[in-house]
Amino acid sequence: MWNQLRIERTRDGDYAVRLPEGERELLRRLPEELRAVLELAPEDPALRRLFPRTYEDDQDEAAYRELMGDELLNGRRRALQVLAETAEADRLTAEQAQAWLTALNDLRLVLGTRLEVSEDSLLGDLPDDDPRAPDLALYAYLSWLQEQVIEAMATELS
Amino acid sequence: MSTTLAPAEVDVEQPHADDDSEYDRPWIVIVWNDPINLMSYVTLVFQKLFGYSKARATQLMLQVHNEGKAVVSSGTREKAEHDVARLHGHGLWATMQRD
Repeated sequence: MWNQLRIERTRDGDYAVRLPEGERELLRRLPEELRAVLELAPEDPALRRLFPRTYEDDQDEAAYRELMGDELLNGRRRALQVLAETAEADRLTAEQAQAWLTALNDLRLVLGTRLEVSEDSLLGDLPDDDPRAPDLALYAYLSWLQEQVIEAMATELS
Repeated sequence: MSTTLAPAEVDVEQPHADDDSEYDRPWIVIVWNDPINLMSYVTLVFQKLFGYSKARATQLMLQVHNEGKAVVSSGTREKAEHDVARLHGHGLWATMQRD
């Protein structure tokens, strides 16, 4: 069954999702964990990558935060919620697929920041007893899954 | 005090945050390279947000990847702020500054 694409755009513009239960369980749990961090530990340094500075000038930056901060935060929380709620789904609307894409990217940004990944972080280079191995494997999985979503979407744009 | 009619090079050496030209000079939106965002993702975001062709979006993505940054849009302060916010919403590392 795995010679089919895991995520595929259908003729009617939806997305077919074929993932085993273990992966779906992850996709339910991880967004809830990140939503909890956003709510309970907003100063966590790993979150800074989600909210980069816009302006060099401090006053301009403060005004931008005032104007856009809540909207950006709420957009992230919504996307994570959609991913958690549709982790079991066999079909996604285009809007839900977009939320998956955003939420998967945010999960990678936070996890990658915590793990201090570089562009060529490879699991193969890790020492056998590296304590980061499980999280790096998770990061690699999320990267792979995000790539599947991107490929499915790219068929629409190219 | 400089006027907007002065030759551009006169102003270049002395940028001031509160200069009159603030409202006349365009702002540019810059996307910076980072080790996490996938190259395919950055290309897709450029296509979606700015309506760039696949070729143009790929070219900009490669510029970010190879040179560390690229100017992806420009315009009024409001437009640049809107573009930066959309890029931030998609997790890209974007900033804006006067051209």
